[in-house]
Amino acid sequence: MSNSGRPLSPHLSVYRWPITMTLSILHRATGVGMSVGLIILAAWLVQAAAGPEQYQYFRATMASPFGKILLVGWTFAFFLHFCNGIRHLVWDTGRGFEMRQVNASAWTVVFLSVVFTAGFWVTKL
Amino acid sequence: MSLRTPLGQALGLGTAKDGTEHFIAQRITSIALALLGGWFVYAMYTMESMAYLEVTRFIAAPLNSVLLSLLCLTAAYHSYLGVQVVIEDYVHANGLKLLSLIASRFAHVLVAIASVYAVLRIGLAV
Repeated sequence: MSNSGRPLSPHLSVYRWPITMTLSILHRATGVGMSVGLIILAAWLVQAAAGPEQYQYFRATMASPFGKILLVGWTFAFFLHFCNGIRHLVWDTGRGFEMRQVNASAWTVVFLSVVFTAGFWVTKL
Repeated sequence: MSLRTPLGQALGLGTAKDGTEHFIAQRITSIALALLGGWFVYAMYTMESMAYLEVTRFIAAPLNSVLLSLLCLTAAYHSYLGVQVVIEDYVHANGLKLLSLIASRFAHVLVAIASVYAVLRIGLAV
């Protein structure tokens, strides 16, 4: 590159990491995560249709520590994708694009999805 | 005189001529899933136990069967649209991209059919 000293854009490494970028990536990551979750949802239904023994095997797998971590992960993925999806639908109407609003809605999504996930599991157990 | 770029002329490709349907389908399914997904998470939250009898009784209840089938079909469709974009964004080799898109479509149809079949099987067996 020439040494004109002018800023290059986009140049990810010179920006302070904004919360909106985290949300953008998380929306995609939670979406892909839930795509995998659909396989487990299908497995749950198919194993329930297959009979008590097969279902018991599935249930035991999901009740294991690893299974529980996955389930907590999927509820968090659901709540985050749900809240951020609504944020996207509001954007589709052309509203909420001011920097202040974009940052505020991003933090709201993070806050709500953590609260919902915690609320789900704390009161469930 | 052609208004096409030299590269465009060489490749002989015009505009994609679609994409709007993809955008709209993603939004419509997202609205449906906000409702269906919300119902499902609430249903799982209020479920007394995940034991076999309790679960099959839940799935077999007519309204639940209908909503579960709708959820699985809509979620599979929405998921397919999303995963398609992810593949198109990150997989650049043409052959691998095509292969991934076909594999994703097969997987999504398989999951959707399997889920609905299982729901019907449980619902009609009772």
